[in-house]
This record gives sequence, structure tokens and C-alpha cells, in this order.
Amino acid sequence: MLLYRRKMSSREKILQQIKLNKPAETALPVKSRFESNYENTEKKFTEVLASVYTEVIVASSREDLKAKVREMYAGVTNRATTIPFLSEWADFSLNISDPHDLETIEIAVLQAEFGVAENGAVWISDNHLPHRVLPFITQNLAFVIPRSKIVNNLHDAYQILSDTTGWGCFISGPSKTADIEQSLVIGAHGARSLVIFLLEDQVNI
Amino acid sequence: MSKAIIEHSAASETFNKDESYVNWHDETLWFVRQKRDKSAMQLPEWEELRESASQIKHYVLSHMDDLLQSFEAKAKENGVHVHWATDAAEHNEIVLGLLKKNNIDKLVKSKSMLTEECHMNEFLSENGIDVIDSDLGERIVQLRNEPPSHIVLPAIHLKKKDIGDLFHKFLGTEAGATDPQYLTEAARQHLRDKFLTRRAALTGVNFAIADTGGFVVSTNEGNADMGAHLADIHIASMGFEKIIPNQEHLGVFLRLLARSATGQPITTYSSHFKTPREGQEMHIIILDNGRSAQLGREDFRNSLKCIRCGACMNTCPVYRRSGGHSYHNAVAGPIGSILAPNFDMTKNADLPFASTLCGSCSNVCPVKIDIHEQLYKWRQVLVKAGHVPKAKEMGIGAMSVVLSSPRFYQWSGKLGRSVMRAMPFVVNNSLNPWYKQREMPEAPTESFRDWYVRNRRE
Repeated sequence: MLLYRRKMSSREKILQQIKLNKPAETALPVKSRFESNYENTEKKFTEVLASVYTEVIVASSREDLKAKVREMYAGVTNRATTIPFLSEWADFSLNISDPHDLETIEIAVLQAEFGVAENGAVWISDNHLPHRVLPFITQNLAFVIPRSKIVNNLHDAYQILSDTTGWGCFISGPSKTADIEQSLVIGAHGARSLVIFLLEDQVNI
Repeated sequence: MSKAIIEHSAASETFNKDESYVNWHDETLWFVRQKRDKSAMQLPEWEELRESASQIKHYVLSHMDDLLQSFEAKAKENGVHVHWATDAAEHNEIVLGLLKKNNIDKLVKSKSMLTEECHMNEFLSENGIDVIDSDLGERIVQLRNEPPSHIVLPAIHLKKKDIGDLFHKFLGTEAGATDPQYLTEAARQHLRDKFLTRRAALTGVNFAIADTGGFVVSTNEGNADMGAHLADIHIASMGFEKIIPNQEHLGVFLRLLARSATGQPITTYSSHFKTPREGQEMHIIILDNGRSAQLGREDFRNSLKCIRCGACMNTCPVYRRSGGHSYHNAVAGPIGSILAPNFDMTKNADLPFASTLCGSCSNVCPVKIDIHEQLYKWRQVLVKAGHVPKAKEMGIGAMSVVLSSPRFYQWSGKLGRSVMRAMPFVVNNSLNPWYKQREMPEAPTESFRDWYVRNRRE
């Protein structure tokens, strides 16, 4: 008998081995979504963020936001933003092709989508971001989200994110590390500070 | 090339030479465990979440081939290149091939236990590639030319002074400086330059999503994103068990991961990659390296549910007092001890014995792996297969003879007691491992059985 054996690819080998060895089929759990009922979602969001060294500031209008941003980052140069009505405040254009050129940005005020109360995370994605590296490479970071867009927990968040864009990220607080004797240090590789502005009464920013 | 392995018990003995150091190591990790407890207790649904995570992962084990194929198809649709590697060597060759094809000889890497498992750094440097680890803890151990001692806290075995001296030597910080803020800033400046100049970045994968072809990378420092978003090529390496069925399952896993690991409600960054950015190449390497064999071992396959939070290490009384390096395996602690024998039973036969079987690891595991039961089962497999040292095997054999014969048991007990009373130096000496760090008990004049028989008579 002549046996003809084609050389199997690694892919085929792995999949075949898995098929051979996997356990009997089980089903997904009935319950994988849970509700968090906070008395006050925004309060929870603010408290959690305070514990990760992030200030949450409510702005009552676009004008108020402009004034607050101006005041907070007075004297800082290399200011960038993705928010059209703040464009005159910015002095650093994001209209560049090589993301390495963003390296000197001191503060970026960015439009983000929504916040999550249970862990203080804010979702930002390609939808509102010309350069993925921007929230990481900037020395300081601020997000602006509509005040009404804070969900309770991650399960609720993923209901909104049924179709994510090419890239997106939950960001909760400034970059940090505790790799030296468990001492918390803010500002590892990403932003050294984070502020979140909740903008009142705007359907779209 | 491979270093001789020092058994866990011998390595622990060295680790335990400085008592104040061991106490510090023990307390530091216990503190992390306590933070995990506080964080977990804030969620009334915590136990339900664990159960749900465990069941999702079981579904994954039983549908692994379908999920991987779905993931591959989606990832390709998203413009990502997918590679398959049966073992560490193939994985490393794929990485090297991608770098060579693009004339790249410098790589910036974020945390990946998988590349530790594959000894990728050594392989790449032997082939002329300069690899820089960008996670602060990993950079520290890389500069010291040693592996991480913990999967989440790679430099947890080091004191500020060690790191100060290291940075003085390599990064030019002031001699004697120990301020973590100052040292971290020095590392930030040093690594920022690497992020800005390296054209290739390698990251690990925390979760790969079958129905979107996307994957999630979690960090606190932002190093994975700094590397990946600036590089021309992003390579993401994953063990095939990292797959989860749907994106919404991330709700379960991301709620458990950081709380179990460090007590944070979520890591600072949970980066969701799906398509490469414009002009960038993105590659995913799916690695087997013994995982498919482990999937076939009924008693041990649950170990593939692991999400690498490190909670079992922080709670383990043996890990806390023996340090990660004593485990001579990329993943240390209880979970490492049930994964390692699957790779190599001969080399790792000591690890399932590095446990008190107290079960604390299983209690904190966010995906409910029966870790301590697997440790116990591995011991049986290893003894039967003849992988256990002769002395231990003889000890177990002698014990079984004594315990299976009541008369012999009574006689040897009596003998033991009189020897301990008459000649205590026979047991109170450094040749007796039970004498280490403890006094031997004073031998009673009679056994409980003798006492019972006498009192029943009276």
C-alpha cells in the first residue's frame, strides 16, 4: 500500500490536535451580564477617578469649558485638541502624517465617547482620534465627554460597543507603575496627568 | 546552552537565608492579596462573575478549533496577518523572519509571558536583534539579565536600593538614589527614546475575540500602546487559549482581571486592537507549544483557562516565602507549577511539590481553576512516571509500608519516641530537613494508642 502524505502546515497540525483533544461540548453560561445600581452614577465615576488621581470637572457650556481649559493649562505651550470649538486655544496642529511628530505635545484635550462609573474608564477610539498614539505620547491629557454619557459598568459599556472601530481604548487615570518596591508612581510612559471634563447639555460636543 | 536547573526546595533555601528579606517579600505580596480582597468585596456579584468566567472559558476549551478559525478569518478581514506556530522555535523564527524581511534589527517589546516561555529575547539577540523590554519591571530584570519573578510584578523580588544601583550603572542616575519617583522618571526618559526610534513593536495579548478578530492588551504604564502605535510593524503573540467567544465577554474578564491582580477596578489602559493603522503592518502569532496536549489531559486542561492575573502567587504561602525564581519556569507559583510539568515532566517534577495544598490559590482564582487539586494530581502522575527523585520515592515507599501494617507502625512509633528522648541529637541536626527553621517536638512517653488502651482497661 502506498501512502501519500502531504506535509501538514502548523495551522493544520494545531487545529487537528485541538479537535482530537478538546473536551465534550459545553454551553455558554446563562448569565454573563450583571447590573450595577449606583445611587448616583456620576458620583461613583468621580469617586473612582479621584482614587486614581484624576479630577472630574463639570462644564456648563462650551464657553465655560473653553474658560476652564484656558485657566487650567495657562502658560503651557504645545497644546493640541480634537475639539473644533477649542481649536483657537490650541497651538499645535494635529494635521501631520508621522505620529512621531507628536512627541513634543504637552497637553492634548480630546473628545472621547463615554465613561464607565465602576472603574472610571473613558472610551476613546479611532472615531474621534486622528492618531492612535496621541493619548499616550502627550505629557498631559484631558478628555471631554457629554455629562449624560456615563454608564454604570463594563457590561453596559460593551452594549454600546457592539461594533468597535479599528482601534479603541478604555483609559482610567494617568499612566502609572508600582514596579519599584510597590511604590505608586504616576507618569510611567503615558500621560502624567488626566482631567475629565463633563460637558453639560450637549447632544454632540 | 540551557542552564542547569536548581530544584525548588534548594533554591528556596537560598532565598530564605536572609530572614528580614523573606519577611518583606512575604508581606509585600500579602498586601497585594489584601488589595484584591477589598476590591472583590465591593462587587456583590463577584462569585457569580467568577462562575460565569469559568463557564465561558470551559466553552472556549470545548470549541477551541472553531473559535480560532473564526478569529483568524475575522482578523484577516481586518487586514491583520495571522501566523501559527507549533512550538517556541517556530514562534521565534516567525518573529525573526518578519524583522529580517523589513530590515529591522531593533525591537521594542511590552510585557509578554509568552515570549519568556519561548526564550525569545535570547534567540533574537543571538541573531543580531536588539530587544528592549518596555514595561518598567521587565526592563529592570532585563538589565539584571534575569527573568521576571512574577507575571504581573516582574521585579517584586528587588528592593529600591538594588534598582537604584542598577540604574546608576546603566542609566546614569545618581549613585545611591532610591526614590521610586526619580528612578521611574529616569526609565521614562530612557524608554521614550526607544519608543520614538524603534520601527517594530511586539506586544502580548490578554484576550483575543473570536467574533471580531480583535484583541485586547492591558497595561498600567501605557507601554504597549506607545510601542505599537509608533511602530511600522506590530507583532502580537498569543497562546491559543487567550481566545474568548464574543466581545461582550470582555465585560466579565476585564472586571475580574485587574481586581484579581492588583485590586484596581481596571488597568489604566485596556487597548482594543482590530485593524492596523494606515500604513502599518499588524501580525498575530498563535502559539501551541504544548497547549493542545494539555487540552487532552482531562485532569489538567482547566489550567488553560488562566488569564494570568497572578492572584494565586500573591496568596500562596510557598510562593511568598520562596520567590518566583525558585520555580525555574516562565510562570511561577501555583499556576506555573501545574503548567510546567506539561512542558517537561523531568525538568519540572519538583514544582507540584512546592505547595502545602492549602487551596488558597483555587479560592482566589478568577476563573475557578482547581489549582491545588491539580497540584495533587500531578504529584501522582509524576511519581507513577518515575520523575520523582529516588530519595522522595523511597520515603514515600517506606511510609506506605509503615502505615499499612499496624504492628509495624506501633513498633516504629515506640522506637522513634525512645530515640528522640534518649538521643535528641539524632533528629535535632541539620541533616534532618524537618529540623530546619523549627525545633523538634519533645517526644511523649506514650502514644495516644497506649494511653487509650491503658485508660480503657482502668
